[in-house]
Amino acid sequence: MSTISKADVVVIGGGIVGAAVARELSRYQLDIVLLEAETDIAMGTSKANSAILHAGFDAKPTCWKARLNVLGNALYRQLQDELKLHIGWTGSLVVAKDPVDMAVLEELLVRGQQNGVNGLALLGRDEVLAREPNLASDITGALWAPTAGIICPFGATFAFAENAIRNGATLLRETPALDIVVENGRVAGVRTPQGVINTKFVVNAAGVRADDIARLAGDESFTIQARKGEYILFDRSVRNLVNSVIFPAPSKISKGILIAPTVHGNLFIGPDAQNIDDKTDIAATGNGMDRVITGARRLVPNLPLQAAITQFSGLRATAEDGDFILRESEAARGLVHAAGIQSPGLTAAPAIAQVVSALLKEAGLKLSEKRDFNPANPLKPAFQELSWEQRSSLIASNPLYGRVICRCETVTEAEIVAAIHSPCGARTVDGVKRRVRAGSGRCQGGFCGPRVTAILARELNIPMTEVRKDSIDSRLFFDKLPGNCEVPAHE
Amino acid sequence: MNKQFFDVAIIGGGPAGLAAALSARKAGAKQVVILERDVELGGILQQCIHNGFGLHRFQEELTGPGYAGRFVRMVRADTGITVYTEAMVLEVAKDKTIWAVSPTLGLIQLSARAVIFAMGCRERTRGAIRIPGYRPAGVFTAGAAQRMVNMEGFLPGKNIVILGSGDIGLIMARRMTLEGAKVQAVVELMPFSNGLTRNVVQCLEDFAIPLHLSHTITFVHGRERVTGVSVAAVDANRCIVPGSEFYLPCDCLLLSVGLIPENELSRAMDICLDGLTNGPVVDQYRQTCVSGFFAAGNVVHVHDLVDFVSEEGDIAGRSAALFANGELPLEKQYINVKAETGIRTVVPQRISLPTAAGEKVRLFMRAQEPLTRSTLTITTTAGKLVERKLPVAKPGEMIVADISTEKISPDSQEIIVTLLPQSLGGA
Ligand SMILES: Cc1cc2nc3c(=O)[nH]c(=O)nc-3n(C[C@H](O)[C@H](O)[C@H](O)COP(=O)(O)OP(=O)(O)OC[C@H]3O[C@@H](n4cnc5c(N)ncnc54)[C@H](O)[C@@H]3O)c2cc1C
Ligand SMILES: Cc1cc2nc3c(=O)[nH]c(=O)nc-3n(C[C@H](O)[C@H](O)[C@H](O)COP(=O)(O)OP(=O)(O)OC[C@H]3O[C@@H](n4cnc5c(N)ncnc54)[C@H](O)[C@@H]3O)c2cc1C
Repeated sequence: MSTISKADVVVIGGGIVGAAVARELSRYQLDIVLLEAETDIAMGTSKANSAILHAGFDAKPTCWKARLNVLGNALYRQLQDELKLHIGWTGSLVVAKDPVDMAVLEELLVRGQQNGVNGLALLGRDEVLAREPNLASDITGALWAPTAGIICPFGATFAFAENAIRNGATLLRETPALDIVVENGRVAGVRTPQGVINTKFVVNAAGVRADDIARLAGDESFTIQARKGEYILFDRSVRNLVNSVIFPAPSKISKGILIAPTVHGNLFIGPDAQNIDDKTDIAATGNGMDRVITGARRLVPNLPLQAAITQFSGLRATAEDGDFILRESEAARGLVHAAGIQSPGLTAAPAIAQVVSALLKEAGLKLSEKRDFNPANPLKPAFQELSWEQRSSLIASNPLYGRVICRCETVTEAEIVAAIHSPCGARTVDGVKRRVRAGSGRCQGGFCGPRVTAILARELNIPMTEVRKDSIDSRLFFDKLPGNCEVPAHE
Repeated sequence: MNKQFFDVAIIGGGPAGLAAALSARKAGAKQVVILERDVELGGILQQCIHNGFGLHRFQEELTGPGYAGRFVRMVRADTGITVYTEAMVLEVAKDKTIWAVSPTLGLIQLSARAVIFAMGCRERTRGAIRIPGYRPAGVFTAGAAQRMVNMEGFLPGKNIVILGSGDIGLIMARRMTLEGAKVQAVVELMPFSNGLTRNVVQCLEDFAIPLHLSHTITFVHGRERVTGVSVAAVDANRCIVPGSEFYLPCDCLLLSVGLIPENELSRAMDICLDGLTNGPVVDQYRQTCVSGFFAAGNVVHVHDLVDFVSEEGDIAGRSAALFANGELPLEKQYINVKAETGIRTVVPQRISLPTAAGEKVRLFMRAQEPLTRSTLTITTTAGKLVERKLPVAKPGEMIVADISTEKISPDSQEIIVTLLPQSLGGA
């Protein structure tokens, strides 16, 4: 597999943070390697979160979270066109139900203004209900934040990584960092199952595993507690229930259970918060779902539970003091941590990438700009969104555009083939789903799953029995056993 | 792209669509078109290689492909029927323009005088029933697994648990056993099976596969591939009985938890849907609430016998042809047919008047819950239309009754259908 034996920088972790860092570094004349342990990037926290580009009024003004949230939100406005990101600038409402909540909203307003969030406003009950008629009638007011938005979080991760690869970075999947070689207090290499990659600079963007990565380099300065959050996703038929992101007034520990539209026109509720010891535990639980439903009903009483199409959960990577950990390791120079990246990590990612780049420079990495850096990704046609004329000419150019594989989301074979063969292309059934939405509709792949499996087998030139759903050992089918027990056909 | 014109356009080439095409031709439609998104005609029957099809229609036990084959040959032999396969209909407009795409023909745009929806149904998934646990490989809907085993030759698992005892779940229990897999159990939430009695006997009892009634799956274990499921008993309110949980190791969970009529196209056109069948509200001609649009088969309500699907296709095809030729009686009034005590759904949901002399209307009903020795009554304000004793009634087996329309007058208001235990229902 990997024949790479040296690099200027090794980035560990293919989540939104690792991908944004790789893309930021690809502006410079550097050999960059992005390591991901799993079959694909965006399989950790970056695939399961609230997908909100927060406005930035939650965090205390002095911390990283506050600064990088507001900066990240602004950066996404530039990146949207360049990277062809799916973003909806819907705005958000934090709703209050009593005088205590109202006091919280006022605090948030002041804090937001200190953080530099534009356009915040307190709305009265009638104004709120005019915007969002399905909200509970006992609300008393809300904080309106026009700069908040919604994004496709895995789409954004793919977009950053793809752009990094277009600009020369190398992505190695199914390649976990097993050890960090440290010589005389400085990073000297990263050991992987394919051998050691010699490097002087490592970025630790391993999400909930960032403390384990630090320990590989002898750095015990922080630990990460995983905190699970569960969600329920609804069908597009109920998309009009809310128009913007709706939060309850926050408590001390969490932003609470929210209800929001997604960029693909679905709706979701969640998350709750459960501290867990097992960092691989992303199981949906009965209690979690009950909590999420109870919480969401406080915002929207008439929840369309029969329109649920799936459940999922994500793990927050919480550090002790609650802020992002962005610094060079004292135990291993050249190792830069991007750890404890909990919410608003998705929003902050492009800003985190700039900070990491500056930290690497301080640590001695030479950054000289590349003349031919291309900041843009090409536009990929989404068949569903095109006019009949455009569809017609696409099919004329490539007949596979005329074969609809996913009925629910109208995804064609051509789009699936393109998703497999693009830079950081899909290798698994869920990888296809996250790139082009085949299987993410109301039948959840019941019809197209086997067909996508067959297309993957053909395009990757592997047997059907080797195609995986998502993670490394998630093979889907066995060969049919030989047998002579067919029921005889009568005709 | 030049637009083509047809008398009747049929969306879906399963048994409903095939029967509709033939009967439309018989009733005088000159140009009929079937649009089918799959590579061949036949619909769900292609993957049903077990026998038991056609007992009513052909007095023979055919396999699914055998039954479909008879219709496909008749359709192919009729030059007045155009068939487009690999043609997925994406949009239908109120003026009966239809847009479809195909890899060989590109964009297909056509116009019809009458349209028949025959899109069948899809399976309910895990997400809709919220089973806790991980999302590993090895959780499949039973229909998807059936297609893989019977048509593609791949096994979804070797050690299997099935949730849901409808016909597909039962048939797959036998199918997987015949393929050499071990079926640990079929788990059913309700206190009764939703499948045909003959399938419970022939697919489970004959193979000694345990059926756990009033049980559900409470957790899916395994992170990458399924390693087992937790099963628990439920009480009369379908709440889990504490302490009843047990573990079944398996590498595959098949879900057979309900079929939902595929009405995306109908919904986009604001065709009125019935909240219980999930299909369009239709009259005895299978006309929907939008004039000139008809529906038949699983798109209207889920059937357990293909013979009834073909029969419904016949009705829709004939009515659509008459409509296209301006010969379908124009309705002046509707009488609603309502399911009350003991009956969950009834199709057609309304009868359009005036009816023709001697016209009979066949009602298709599903029982609310299993009853032994019950009485089916169909009444209007003017009096009883039908009273019949049923030795057994099961939600899984459609109840069929014919009513003659002579007794239905414009001032009958509604027709009410009930199913009562004989002790209560008199008789
Ligand atoms: C419930 C919840 C809701 C959230 N909502 C929001 C929100 O609305 N808005 C917002 O801005 N933020 C939100 N966040 C936060 C945001 O999702 C995270 O901050 C962000 O996804 C973190 O990205 P990451 O790249 O650090 O981690 P991850 O996405 O977890 O990436 C880490 C990667 O490292 C890989 N890895 C681990 N170990 C190794 C190894 N040894 N070798 C190689 N690779 C390895 C993992 O496989 C993984 O892919 C939310 C988070 C949660 C949990
Ligand atoms: C597993 C199983 C076992 C069964 N066993 C028996 C049995 O033993 N005996 C018996 O009598 N009955 C049995 N049945 C019941 C009966 O066969 C079915 O109910 C019947 O075949 C349904 O016919 P249909 O034409 O309504 O739908 P389908 O057969 O589902 O056909 C619908 C067709 O429409 C097409 N379509 C849908 N949308 C579009 C679109 N937008 N554009 C183009 N085409 C589209 C689909 O591709 C499909 O071919 C069984 C059913 C199942 C599922």
